[in-house]
Amino acid sequence: MLEVKDLNVEVEGKEIIRDISFDVDIGETLVLFGPNASGKTTLLMAIMGFPRYRVTKGKIIFKGRDITYLPVDERARMGIGILFQRPPVVRGVKTKEVVKACLGDREDGHVIDQMAQRLNMVELLDREVNYGFSGGEVKRSELLQLMAQGPEFVLLDEPDSGVDLVNISLVGEMINELLQEGRMRSRTNSGLIITHTGHILDYVNADRACVLLNGGIWCRGNPREILASIKSHGYEGCAVCQR
Amino acid sequence: MSEITRSKAANKRAERARKKTAPLGDDIDLSAYSQEAVEHPYEEDPSRLQPQDKERILEAGVVLDDPSQRSGTFLQIDHSVVHSKAGQEGLEVMSTVKALEEYPWLEDYWWRAVASNADKFTAQAELHQNHGYFIRALPGVKAIQPIQACLYIAQHGLAQNVHNIVIAEEGSELHIITGCATAQVIEREGLHIGISEFYVKKGAKLTFTMIHNWAPKMAVRPRSGIIVEEGGTFLNNYISLKPVRTLQMYPTAQCVGENALVRFNSVLVAAPGTTLDVGARAILGARGTRAEVISRAITTGGTIIARGHLVGKVAPVKGHLECRGLILSEEGRIHAIPELEGLVEGVDLSHEAAVGKIAEEEIEYLMARGLSRDQAIAAIVRGFLSVDIGGLPPQLEAELQRAVELSEKELL
Repeated sequence: MLEVKDLNVEVEGKEIIRDISFDVDIGETLVLFGPNASGKTTLLMAIMGFPRYRVTKGKIIFKGRDITYLPVDERARMGIGILFQRPPVVRGVKTKEVVKACLGDREDGHVIDQMAQRLNMVELLDREVNYGFSGGEVKRSELLQLMAQGPEFVLLDEPDSGVDLVNISLVGEMINELLQEGRMRSRTNSGLIITHTGHILDYVNADRACVLLNGGIWCRGNPREILASIKSHGYEGCAVCQR
Repeated sequence: MSEITRSKAANKRAERARKKTAPLGDDIDLSAYSQEAVEHPYEEDPSRLQPQDKERILEAGVVLDDPSQRSGTFLQIDHSVVHSKAGQEGLEVMSTVKALEEYPWLEDYWWRAVASNADKFTAQAELHQNHGYFIRALPGVKAIQPIQACLYIAQHGLAQNVHNIVIAEEGSELHIITGCATAQVIEREGLHIGISEFYVKKGAKLTFTMIHNWAPKMAVRPRSGIIVEEGGTFLNNYISLKPVRTLQMYPTAQCVGENALVRFNSVLVAAPGTTLDVGARAILGARGTRAEVISRAITTGGTIIARGHLVGKVAPVKGHLECRGLILSEEGRIHAIPELEGLVEGVDLSHEAAVGKIAEEEIEYLMARGLSRDQAIAAIVRGFLSVDIGGLPPQLEAELQRAVELSEKELL
């Protein structure tokens, strides 16, 4: 579904990602581990197409189409969605409005309320987007928008950061729903999850994982095994192992 | 009688201020405008007005087709009172000229909240007054629906000089929508001088919403003063979204009674050729008084000066100023001038202001949800304009929303 080929990405003239290649199949979930400042968010932002993250080499192919230079909104409409780690506050715009826009024609007057109830964020709907939201509220609001958008490919930037124990199972449940986890045969949605701590893996089944270190991919394999190795040897271990 | 002359002290003072330039705003040559207007007949049923006029008036929030939506209506065209009626027991709506004849005590309120010699505009309003509205809620009376007032200019080149008085007597509650508009002729020039004095008595609540729907060549100089007594509340909402050549006003509220509350909200849009110099001042002169001045300004090429001034004369008092400005064009200019003046220890005054263009990050965030760039900008601008105004009846809220939506279409 998603193919990233020999990708270089720079931010404000500085190269952050170098020669990265990987792919994610239909129905597959890939986990991206990596220490702070390893380029994980940059990679996600480049896949989503934010102009600040400039692709200087390589290609991003989604559903067989080269989207490397496609604007953000077109990528969103093609079926890519993103959960931001630190989304901006949009003053004046109500969360409900954005959710409504995400739903488009599918809004029948009830969907929003039903979704909001499940995410325990009915009272957030009338608040300005992300304005004064707690960490958990930001995540729930992001998830609500994604649920409304219904993307085929989800980019999740640290869905477990800043979420307390009560909320994390809800977050996990919703991510599973986005990824159609539990559907045996017809899974067509895919995902790319960034996690620093790996907490989310207690709730979400991921198929494969890789480690991003210094702007390049160093290790590929089973998510739980890699996580266990990082826990015991740190990220330095990945670099050594790869050699 | 469309013009009255009084021979009192205020009148004499006005006489001496005939040529006094206002400290703020471009100077205006008063002699360029006519003081003579064609009389318009009184209309018992205002729904019989010309549809194009009704449309302009409706855009300013004044509904003439359905009297059941309002507790009273005052309509002045040029210098003529065309309709004036109160629709609820305990509410009074009439021309101030008539009110002065009917109530000798009204002289005590005349020029008490605004000085007749403040500048040449107040002077002209005193020396050449053309009506204006008198609206009053008797003690304890709560208006069920808003009262509406419309000051309309139809004649080219006219100076309309009105003097309005609003009194919310003890424990009363009043919502007023004032719509000011000009006939739908783009080339129409004119000058509107509007003196408005508001008296909010003990425990009364007055919500005053003014929607301006002027024309690109109009000059407008409102002069407003508000006196709020103990436990009184004055909520002022001001909306000016349409082009106007020059508009300058700086209403001043004096909180003279303990625990009085005033709040000013304004939503301003300046198209190319428009200069809006709009402020709000609150003088917190009694313990426990509070004030909030919030403005939203958008320029698409015009100039906006957003002023605010809070004066804390005693303690404890609390006041907050907030101005946010969006510049949507290369030529536009927004100048926020917040002033805080604490005269004693223990006052709590604050302000925040932000002026700039829409953050790219916010646009892209919405684009990541599938909105096009234009849709994202429209959503942000719409959100910016729809200030949440507390304490409004839902119907009035809807009215405001409609006015914002109408102009938003033209804006984008």
